[in-house]
Amino acid sequence: MFETFSYLFLQQYWWIIVSLLGAILVFLMFVQGGQTLIYTLGKTEDERTVLVNLLGRKWEFTFTTLVTFGGAFFASFPLFYSTSFGGAYWVWMLILIAFVVQAVAYEYRSKPNNFLGQRTFEIMLFVNGLLGTVLIGTAVATFFTGSAFSVDKMNLTLLTGDKMPIISEWKGLAYGLEAALNPLNLSLGLTVFFLSRVLAILYFMNRVRNIEIIERAKKQLIYNAIPFVVFFLTFAIWLMLSSGFAVNPETKEIFVEPFKYFHNLIQMPVVAVLFVIGVLMVLIGIIRPITCFEKCNTKGIWLSGIGTVLTVFSLFLFAGFNNTAYYPSTFDLQSSLTIENSSSSQYTLTAMSYVSLLVPFVIAYIWFAWRAMDSKKIDIEEMKSESHIY
Amino acid sequence: MEHIDFSLVDWSRAQFALTAMYHWLFVPLTLGLSFIVAFMETKYVRTGNPEWKRITKFWMTLFGINFAIGVATGIILEFEFGTNWSNYSWFVGDIFGAPLAIEGIMAFFMESTFIAIMFFGWNKVGKKFHLASTWLVAIGSNLSALWILVANAWMQNPVGMKFNPDTARNEMVNFWEVLFSPVAIDKFTHTILSGYVLASIFVIGISAWFLLKNREHVFAKKSIRLATIFGLISAVLIAITGDNSAKMVAKHQPMKFAAIENLYHGEANAPLTAIGMLQQSNEPAKHDFVFKIQIPGMLSFLAFNNTDAFVPGIYDLLNGNPEHNILSYKERCEKGKIAITSLGEYKTAKKSGNDSLAKAALIRFEENYPHFGYGYYADRDLTELVPNVPVNFYSFRIMVGLGFYFILFFAIILFFALKDKLQNKRFLLYTALWTIPLAYIAAELGWVVAEVGRQPWLIQDILPTIASVSQVTPASVQITFWLFFVIFTGLLIAEIKIMLTQIRKGPENAAEVTQNSQIN
Ligand code: HDD
Ligand code: HEM
Ligand code: HEM
Repeated sequence: MFETFSYLFLQQYWWIIVSLLGAILVFLMFVQGGQTLIYTLGKTEDERTVLVNLLGRKWEFTFTTLVTFGGAFFASFPLFYSTSFGGAYWVWMLILIAFVVQAVAYEYRSKPNNFLGQRTFEIMLFVNGLLGTVLIGTAVATFFTGSAFSVDKMNLTLLTGDKMPIISEWKGLAYGLEAALNPLNLSLGLTVFFLSRVLAILYFMNRVRNIEIIERAKKQLIYNAIPFVVFFLTFAIWLMLSSGFAVNPETKEIFVEPFKYFHNLIQMPVVAVLFVIGVLMVLIGIIRPITCFEKCNTKGIWLSGIGTVLTVFSLFLFAGFNNTAYYPSTFDLQSSLTIENSSSSQYTLTAMSYVSLLVPFVIAYIWFAWRAMDSKKIDIEEMKSESHIY
Repeated sequence: MEHIDFSLVDWSRAQFALTAMYHWLFVPLTLGLSFIVAFMETKYVRTGNPEWKRITKFWMTLFGINFAIGVATGIILEFEFGTNWSNYSWFVGDIFGAPLAIEGIMAFFMESTFIAIMFFGWNKVGKKFHLASTWLVAIGSNLSALWILVANAWMQNPVGMKFNPDTARNEMVNFWEVLFSPVAIDKFTHTILSGYVLASIFVIGISAWFLLKNREHVFAKKSIRLATIFGLISAVLIAITGDNSAKMVAKHQPMKFAAIENLYHGEANAPLTAIGMLQQSNEPAKHDFVFKIQIPGMLSFLAFNNTDAFVPGIYDLLNGNPEHNILSYKERCEKGKIAITSLGEYKTAKKSGNDSLAKAALIRFEENYPHFGYGYYADRDLTELVPNVPVNFYSFRIMVGLGFYFILFFAIILFFALKDKLQNKRFLLYTALWTIPLAYIAAELGWVVAEVGRQPWLIQDILPTIASVSQVTPASVQITFWLFFVIFTGLLIAEIKIMLTQIRKGPENAAEVTQNSQIN
């Protein structure tokens, strides 16, 4: 069936899948946000145990989504993988290290004789929450702001000279860390950071049965929602006003087009609608628990969560669709990566597309398993009777 | 050539080796213990005997501790292909990326979803559902091994692909050839079996410790019995698949094979060196035997099922052997260089619209493509193309030696376990305890043989390490190397301490179990 589709269709299909994975990843980073709130929301050891365990039963999904996002990007857009990871070396390495320490922190935190001490593992969780969100946000922002690199496949044939035989070369001074100096990249990074905290608070409100934690969570919701909105607006307004990196569909030449992302918004009305609905859902999800006090404060995570997925998804589509270069090079415009010039071959995309048919099954069993596990809320009592806790 | 900083390649290799070897400290236990735990829980569900639940839960706790650090070390590896081997990632990403993506979609989600039920679902879901989850964790972890090993096998024996001169990369033309290549099948079976053997030894060794301490007799004996049967079957199969692996190496990677055997001058009716000791020789890149014990004709037989078969030696490959139709590396380098320069000419001709020139260049390119990687060595010292012989020679012999020892070990343990005589055999119990580290050594050395032996190729004959590396500063790679070293070592110490504490604590006491099973 996928054999009959055009190469361009498959490339776009895979950009959609990668975008969706990226969007789900940002939503699931509520786990990271939650990790930075453990001491803010949990004042006693018991309360913190409840919070850690609530996150601990979900962290693997965020992690696995990150791994799968990486794998899917590698398989479908290998030139991005080689250019960005090999170039923005330090950003990715710091992100990875932040996730390495997270993976053990839950399991080892409360185990006796754990060598580094409970506090160290909690610091690891905090570091993961802070670096993971800010740096991933910053890295995604470079999809719009660009990075300094060059790509020349013919370097492969050089047997002498200083470029031999490296295809992608990074020109940024700090191997990716320079991206964090750009205030716009940073504003998206901080947007993701505060968003993840907001989502975590909403998740806790949905899952905890403990009055004190809920009360604190409500207060924190406001404190985190305000910076989130400020940073998000900064980035969104800049995006609509700025020039972008466009591709000439005939010559495949890349050029700078004023108001490119604004044009993408109006030229792709469906995506624009998704974007607006997404943003509204995020905001309503936040506002409802603040304004109404009893009953309705538990559903916020669903509204804001789905809203996050829609918003990030449409941002990715703005970055890559409608003849846009999704990984622009500020050093050599023509080296910029587009969906078409960086993808795998038609054969690979076809084969992978068959594999993508598994995704609905995966989502279905995850859903099924979560329902079975999350049928009741968590409280301090449960933590005392469980045989396996973090 | 001079411009690729050699220390960059070396540090990148060291970093990959470090992180992979750390990952592999934890993976085999996951692969095997997940099945062992699933067998145990099946026993519990079948018999309803709460003792089996206690047993399951104890090993499951150890599984969880090991699993966490396995995951932590795995994520680095995946992204390292991009961060440290970016040229490689472009050159073969079209083929190599797919298994990694499939692994995520198919295996990792399965593991992480059902592991949550396995650990936290005892009081939340029904017995059958829980058991199914435990099985799915085992299947998921072994599936993740499948895809990564397919990827690795493809690097050792690239099949199912074609170089596309227009995109300057290899492209997949046959997915099934990649998945079902005999090298891949062999790599997968041999490697997961090594996980089963290791996990069985782990369970037996720790249970033996309980017997030595005169604690938990029922628990220990039941665990030992189950693990011994699983281990014995796996150990026999590991020898068979290992023999097959060696045949594959002989066929597809003759240089690795010669290095493993310290064979410099090839011969028909080649002898197998059972034991030997090496010494650096005066000739370039050569090692002499200080002493050796050899079985005549055996090597030819093992490699090619025929005692008269010719097994090429390192010098035959390096200097060529016209009699057996082996090109010298010098010739291969020249052909490789032609392939590389024709690719450039093809591109230039195409750009300027000169079709006939482009066509001629393409033909030249395709003729010489099988030697492509050698082209990068045209002006270098060709002994760089010889892998480290002593490392391969000794690692292989230790692995194989231990492999036979494990068969014997399982057989003896099984014998006494069936007679129920184990608790008096203190020597045997100590041996069991001390066999645990040997299992880890065998498994690590297996990878050393596989990976050091294929140096300097990332993709056999097609892409060497010097043409694969990312263009970062050597200092950056050095720093990340040490960062990983410190972090992983710290986490490893934590893991071992936690593990030992949990083992000393032993399975949860009987009162808790009855309480828990009442809830169920
Ligand atoms: C408990 C671990 C263990 C044991 C007892 C053995 N192996 Fe092994 N061996 C491995 C664990 C391993 C491994 C770690 O799983 C490797 C590394 C790469 C691979 O494919 O499997 C491996 C690789 C490996 C290779 C290299 C494959 C390649 O280069 O691609 C050969 C030729 C053998 N083995 C042969 C044997 C033989 C003849 C054994 C005799 C009993 C044996 N192994 C026992
Ligand atoms: C987990 C088990 C593994 C272990 C213990 C292991 C071990 C090693 C070692 C020791 C080296 C260094 C060789 C040298 O430089 O002399 C190495 C290199 C490497 N291995 Fe593995 N390996 C493992 C699995 C894999 C797999 C599954 C892949 C690919 C799918 C892989 C890809 C590589 C790459 C890309 C390098 C770096 C380049 C090179 O030196 O060849 N390894 N590995
Ligand atoms: C060098 C190439 C390798 C890469 C890139 C790699 C990648 C990864 C990643 C990203 C994870 C974490 C997955 C998660 O989110 O749960 C992981 C875990 C795992 N990997 Fe690897 N891996 C490599 C080698 C291997 C090998 C050779 C095997 C088995 C033969 C293996 C088997 C596993 C298993 C069973 C897990 C589950 C967690 C655990 O280790 O306990 N991996 N790997």
